[in-house]
Amino acid sequence: MSALGRLLTGNRVWRSIVRHGFPDSNRNRALAVFSNLFLHVHPVKVRLRAIAFSRTFFLGGLAAACFLILTITGVLLMLYYRPSVPEAYDDMKDLEFVVSSGVFLRNLHRWSAHAMVAIVFLHMVRVFFAGAYRPPREFNWVIGVVLFVTTILLSYTGYLLPWDQLAYWGVTVGANMAGATPWIGEDTRFLLLGGTEIGEPALLRFYVLHCVILPAVLVVLVAIHIWRVRKDGGIYLPPLDLSRDGGGKR
Amino acid sequence: MSDPSPTFRPEEGVQAREVPVRLLVVQGEQRPAVDATDEPVVMTFPHLVVRELIAFLALSLLLVVCALLFDAPLESMADPSKAMNPMKAPWYFLGLQELLHYYPPIVAGVILPGAVVVALAIVPYFDINLERPEFWERRRASKLALTVAVFGLISSLLAYAGQHPVWPLLGPLWFVGAAMLLPGVWSRRRGLVGWLARRSLPFWIFAWFLLTAVTLTVIGVFFRGPGWSFTLPWRDGIW
Repeated sequence: MSALGRLLTGNRVWRSIVRHGFPDSNRNRALAVFSNLFLHVHPVKVRLRAIAFSRTFFLGGLAAACFLILTITGVLLMLYYRPSVPEAYDDMKDLEFVVSSGVFLRNLHRWSAHAMVAIVFLHMVRVFFAGAYRPPREFNWVIGVVLFVTTILLSYTGYLLPWDQLAYWGVTVGANMAGATPWIGEDTRFLLLGGTEIGEPALLRFYVLHCVILPAVLVVLVAIHIWRVRKDGGIYLPPLDLSRDGGGKR
Repeated sequence: MSDPSPTFRPEEGVQAREVPVRLLVVQGEQRPAVDATDEPVVMTFPHLVVRELIAFLALSLLLVVCALLFDAPLESMADPSKAMNPMKAPWYFLGLQELLHYYPPIVAGVILPGAVVVALAIVPYFDINLERPEFWERRRASKLALTVAVFGLISSLLAYAGQHPVWPLLGPLWFVGAAMLLPGVWSRRRGLVGWLARRSLPFWIFAWFLLTAVTLTVIGVFFRGPGWSFTLPWRDGIW
């Protein structure tokens, strides 16, 4: 197995793509992390306490995983979707009866969206009770709160897109809440809906918000969020020599 | 970091093109040390990367199974003239919608959620010290009186402004209040009471938010039927 690995990873073509040998030495394992665009958000070594499942439940990473699944399924759904009335609803029916695996695609997108809202919320709760928002991480917590709101808005804008009764009246409730804001409420509502009622302009706005604006905001904020965690020395861990709360056991 | 930073004379004119006099500035470390640690460490690859991969695959598998077993809901086409009853927002807004049942939209839809988001954002600027004196350590009697008064005030405000009996709001508040006051009347250093005594004020505020949000959301999702009337999920199903 190791010989096969060496054959595959030792040749010139492989080495032109991945510039290090088979990762069976600590040197190559280190190179595997910091010479890789995607893995270099991690340090080369991590503290053993930091990677225990029960410490983070990997909630931050799983939220990002949900976003990845949502992006892939979302882009595929865009191939079959027109943000206009009544085509939007017709396309839902097409997904159900015409498109191969259309139901599966929509289901996966829907359940991943619910999962992402729940996981981001749980991530926030976990981080709070770990006290990880304390200096120097206080601004990263603020970014996290904004990310939570962005996630809710992403889910909410996506909720209208099927253009069925559930979507229409669910979004009506939310839009009325926005409309209750003093002074700017009516204008905010008008800006959001592109009119006074939920109609085709609202559908188009929600579509653009859902597919372009909010994901872009989310990606930029997540990049800052992760970068700052890395710059602050990885995930927060309580000091080892703390005498209270069971001391060294933490 | 404690040394005053050295002053440099900017190079001007021809001088600026010549060999630079300043190649490097060594600045004091301003970040927490990433590398300086005595505790056990492991290589990120494979130990962390493999764990992340397993977590990702487990989540993917779970979501795929859900997508195969349960279909996303799709009602009839949107019809502005035919209102749904009950008119329910997505589940993560049902806590807010439940709040709308008790308070006017400006309070339940704008002021309260806005205040919660602002409170969440500013929490880290207030809870700074890891080593702080415990809340009940000093001036216990006056703090007890103050805490009871604050909880009483919040309870009366919630009850006074509510358009219906506000038990779903008072329950979480009083539960958190009882847990917070317990070490105040029973000084015990060990066990659960001791643990409660060591919690900070932001902890209690967050716990209150959390418990209230979860309670209201559960009620909104499972116990509200047509006309936002109380219903039981095992009797009428989930609306």
